[in-house]
Amino acid sequence: MKYVDEYRDPKLAKGVAATIAAEVDPGRTYRFMEFCGGHTHAISRYGVEDMLPKNVAMIHGPGCPVCVLPVGRIDDAIRLASDPRVTLCTYADLMRVPASRGTSLLKARAAGADIRMVYSTLDALRIAEAEPDREVVFLAIGFETTTPPTALAIKQAKTMGLPNFSVFCNHVLTPVAMRAILAGESGEATRLDGLVGPAHVSTVIGARPYEFVASDYVKPVVISGFEPLDVMQSILMLIRQINGGRCAIENQYVRAVTSDGNARAQKEMAEVFDLRESFEWRGLGLVPHSALRLSDAFAAFDAERRFDIHTVAAADNPACECGAILRGAKKPTDCRLFGSLCTPETPMGSCMVSSEGSCAAHYVYGRFRDRSRARIERAAS
Amino acid sequence: MCLAIPAQVTELLDDNMARIDMGGVSKAICIALVEDVEVGDFVVVHVGYALSKIDAEEAERTLTLLREVAAMETPS
Repeated sequence: MKYVDEYRDPKLAKGVAATIAAEVDPGRTYRFMEFCGGHTHAISRYGVEDMLPKNVAMIHGPGCPVCVLPVGRIDDAIRLASDPRVTLCTYADLMRVPASRGTSLLKARAAGADIRMVYSTLDALRIAEAEPDREVVFLAIGFETTTPPTALAIKQAKTMGLPNFSVFCNHVLTPVAMRAILAGESGEATRLDGLVGPAHVSTVIGARPYEFVASDYVKPVVISGFEPLDVMQSILMLIRQINGGRCAIENQYVRAVTSDGNARAQKEMAEVFDLRESFEWRGLGLVPHSALRLSDAFAAFDAERRFDIHTVAAADNPACECGAILRGAKKPTDCRLFGSLCTPETPMGSCMVSSEGSCAAHYVYGRFRDRSRARIERAAS
Repeated sequence: MCLAIPAQVTELLDDNMARIDMGGVSKAICIALVEDVEVGDFVVVHVGYALSKIDAEEAERTLTLLREVAAMETPS
């Protein structure tokens, strides 16, 4: 596929890896957080970590919307879907997220709730139009990449006069979460030297919103595409900034990201959504002004107001380390549930659900490399 | 979740929609979020919507840079 295959060329990757190895300062360590789950997935799937020198560590960030959605909001969605009038439309990733008392949307559906997986908000609109007797609720989650499509669907529902369509909004904001991570950074475990910035979030918001990372926290950011060569080039760009004593917001993903982003998408978001005072994130807790709700002009399409939803915070499984993993303070293998009680088939924590979750990515790809690496080291010694 | 896939626009349809080719898969997507989309353009597609156009020149420049970086330490 054009614009995909070229950026997965293993020969080029080896060359880039050799340059990285030649340029790192052996006298120090480099700790970079990839904010996005898309990068986490690429790093695990293509073995990027294995191609980096030992003193370059990648720390997985909270940029997986499925992972950071707190249990209370999934409980709300299940309660909504249990209303016999309601058809709940959701992206497939959310189906298996563990909710309170061992439930999930998947189990609620098996018990008879009308829950349908959709690829796009357009599908949810189509269902609402075709089935006027059903209350069709779209369970909206995601960062700024996924928000403009929700905004357009809400506007379209208004234009079409679809009284049976509404949105349960859980859209969250990347720069605010980044600030929360950087502000909470403490000690060696979470020390960061730079960030690999989001790919597709940045197509929408542009490169400018990350400037505070350099000015307030004196750390470089390189916005990176999601292919393995994109990630490796971005890591090299971060290393070069650090070695050169620079600290700037750079853009590796120039083929799709501009400094200003997508003005049209930003306008749609601003028109349809307002900032929430506060929103709970798994791992980060309550973060002020970190999420969106429908603005008053579109209140008629807000499922929270239509169905009078009042979220009750619910606790995660106490043995689950998702919170610390999402802050970059722990690795998936630090969790005692990992790979035993918690697997992608029967996830106990959200990071094992989405393919972009740190635990799922490490379970599917990384753990095999851990074993072969251990074998290689044993053989060598 | 934020995964988006590059796809080529093959036909402009009514109501801000377009038909795209995604590695052999044909699909109708919404192009309302991107200005001046034309047949032949590559766009980044996410949940049925185009989010941005792919700049062919910048893509080539990135690859050239990558080749240069890769060649730096490769024995000739």
